[in-house]
Amino acid sequence: MKALRLLTAGLAGLIFTAAAHAAGGAEHPHPPEGGWPFEGPTGQFDQASLQRGYQVYHQVCSSCHSMKLMSYRNLGEPGGPFYDPAYPNPNDNPFVKALAAENEILSPTPNDIGEFDYRPATPADTFRSPYPNVEAARAANGGAAPPDLSVITKARHGGASYVYHLLSGYPHDDAFVQREVDGETVTYVDMSKMGGHGDEHAEGLLKVNPGQYYNPYMAGDTTPNFEGDPRHAPKGGFLAMPPQLLEGRVEYTDGTEATVQQMAYDVAQFLAWAGEPKQEHRKSLGLAVMAYLLILAVLLWFSYKQIWRKIDH
Amino acid sequence: MSGHESSYTPTNAFTRWLDTRLPIIRFAQDTAINFPTPKNLNYWYTFGGILAVCLATQIITGVILAMHYEASVDGAFASVERIMRDVPYGWLLRYIHANGASMFFLAVYIHMFRGLYYGSYKAPREVLWILGCVIYLLMMATAFLGYMLPWGQMSYHGSNVITGLFGAIPLVGESIQTWLMGGPSIGNQTLQRFFSLHYLLPFMIAAVVILHIWALHVPGNNNPTGVEVQDVEKETVPFHPYYTVKDAFAIVIFLIMFAVFVFYAPNVLGHADNYVEANPLVTPSHIVPEWYLLPFYAILRAITFDLGPIPAKLLGVIFMFAAIAVLFLLPWLDTSKVKSMRYRPVAKQFFFGFVAVCLLLGWCGAANPDDAVIPALQGESKLVVSYTENDVEVTSEYRGGGEAYHDAKSFMETLPADANPSLSAVPAPTFQFRHLSLILTFCYFGYFVILFFIGLTEKPKEVPESIHKSVLKRHKASTATAIPAE
Repeated sequence: MKALRLLTAGLAGLIFTAAAHAAGGAEHPHPPEGGWPFEGPTGQFDQASLQRGYQVYHQVCSSCHSMKLMSYRNLGEPGGPFYDPAYPNPNDNPFVKALAAENEILSPTPNDIGEFDYRPATPADTFRSPYPNVEAARAANGGAAPPDLSVITKARHGGASYVYHLLSGYPHDDAFVQREVDGETVTYVDMSKMGGHGDEHAEGLLKVNPGQYYNPYMAGDTTPNFEGDPRHAPKGGFLAMPPQLLEGRVEYTDGTEATVQQMAYDVAQFLAWAGEPKQEHRKSLGLAVMAYLLILAVLLWFSYKQIWRKIDH
Repeated sequence: MSGHESSYTPTNAFTRWLDTRLPIIRFAQDTAINFPTPKNLNYWYTFGGILAVCLATQIITGVILAMHYEASVDGAFASVERIMRDVPYGWLLRYIHANGASMFFLAVYIHMFRGLYYGSYKAPREVLWILGCVIYLLMMATAFLGYMLPWGQMSYHGSNVITGLFGAIPLVGESIQTWLMGGPSIGNQTLQRFFSLHYLLPFMIAAVVILHIWALHVPGNNNPTGVEVQDVEKETVPFHPYYTVKDAFAIVIFLIMFAVFVFYAPNVLGHADNYVEANPLVTPSHIVPEWYLLPFYAILRAITFDLGPIPAKLLGVIFMFAAIAVLFLLPWLDTSKVKSMRYRPVAKQFFFGFVAVCLLLGWCGAANPDDAVIPALQGESKLVVSYTENDVEVTSEYRGGGEAYHDAKSFMETLPADANPSLSAVPAPTFQFRHLSLILTFCYFGYFVILFFIGLTEKPKEVPESIHKSVLKRHKASTATAIPAE
């Protein structure tokens, strides 16, 4: 009987983990070495990394990706990368104003004569979108509209770790092989040269279609393109975004060396913050709520013992 | 309203005056203060109170969320995120509401299994049980409607699957489906009616909860012995303060677990795809409902064969609804006179088996039906070369490790150019989740059939004469030999 009950309890645990388990087909994104500073019940964002991450977003990602749920004022709110206690209202923060003004946007409201002007953004404006609509985004990017990045870390299994690995996990240059097939040059990825990334069983060539890029962390199916043992088709998939973070792509204002890993780490952390700007507040409030509930539970336990002391039950 | 004598005496002129006009103080006193409650209720009986807290929490947070939510296909997704970002403590309200649904179901499942174990559905409490099943049904409808509102990918495509179920009903199915969606497909009008109904149903739940409590207070509580109260003096205690304090303690313990989810893992019970705005043109690779509906989803997908004129899809829908309908019949399916499983050694084994079946069904519901249940037992896939020879499709199979691949490759090279050979991997046959789901579906319904026959043949253990005697006996036993009590 006891065994059955233990079994049942074990099953319950199993089902909870199974329900939360990630979809297959892609490499599992582990946190980068050393983990993320914002993980765990007391985790906090690394503000310097957030600032660098905004720089990477602004100089690299934002040329194709929108972040429609973010406003420039969010950057200067408590917990944000450019929060200054001297300016409790981020709309007054001169640094945030300057960051916003770097972007020219089409004003969402008409001017005095009913026309829509281009003007520098203010902290109250939402992040500039690179394309006026999804059709334009699709047309400019070979048919695949770049996804909005506002909540990307909540919308992908693995969150910030997924973003980090996707951006830094593309095959290296020496993994590519070019061959002439029927008079055309076809590009392949030699799976044995993925070096650390990818499935170690996968040996063979993976055909890369024009305008597509292979990434082991992208969800997808590589079987149709794999010229090797189909039982060991490599994990991962194809996406329309070429590798973006090349060594030294941005010049960090704080002098940090802009390696691929560093840029991926910073922008992933920035996106994790942007996905839920209130998460530090959530965790700190959680601590107070837990302490309150635990004390209340202890008091109620003794009240219960006291009230029931004369009753056999 | 309550089955016991009123013990309220108005103490002053005003309460005496009121008592002859609207005896509301008498009613409150008799229902929530003096109500005689068996003294041997254990912690499994605190889930009624916990559920009341869950319902109140959902209604309060829901009403505030509705002040900020925008029910339109263009604005819904962004308005939910605006609540998280710009409404003061909006993130807290939304996370409480979203995780609160999971907590509500967790509590209701424990409450229902408690009722199953102690036979709380048997005479004279059949109506109480049926009202509980009505609440459960309304809860599932409310949760499903609410899951649509964030207008994420899983919201949209999940609703598509569920409304599609009604389309499987012969003759009237398509009309019902169109009527539910308010048009030929899910769109703005569907979102608006789902929002309206999501706001309405919780108040209907609250109304049925009142009936549920009324039906509880006529026969009074069941208790772990399943023996009815015989001596109110000796065997019961007033609800307040005895059970208010015990329930309050249990509620706070429950809230601690609730708070762990809200503050430290607010999205772990949800699905990442629901943070992607709904896009009718892109279907997620793996559509799953929230965890609390997974067992029914597994039953729905378990049926993959036609039965005579009934197509598999309709059969799945029938089985899924039957899985809920059978609960309504339970008071008459269980033939045993003994209520509590404590004294039913055979039925008790089946009860724990039933709990395991429900959990395993949940596991199946989350899994891909084609996947192997135990991947380690699945043999290696075979390689199949398909090609054409004299305009006929021919296949050639290869088994084994790396050599098989080389053999297949060299065979392909020997073929003439017009044979058009292609190589693919075919997984070895194995025990898949669809098979396990089917077995478990039969076990699920089997439990209710078995309960019918066990009741007729089982020889129960000796049932205590009264609650009082059972308590005395346990106290003697525990002081003498410290045997852990049931």
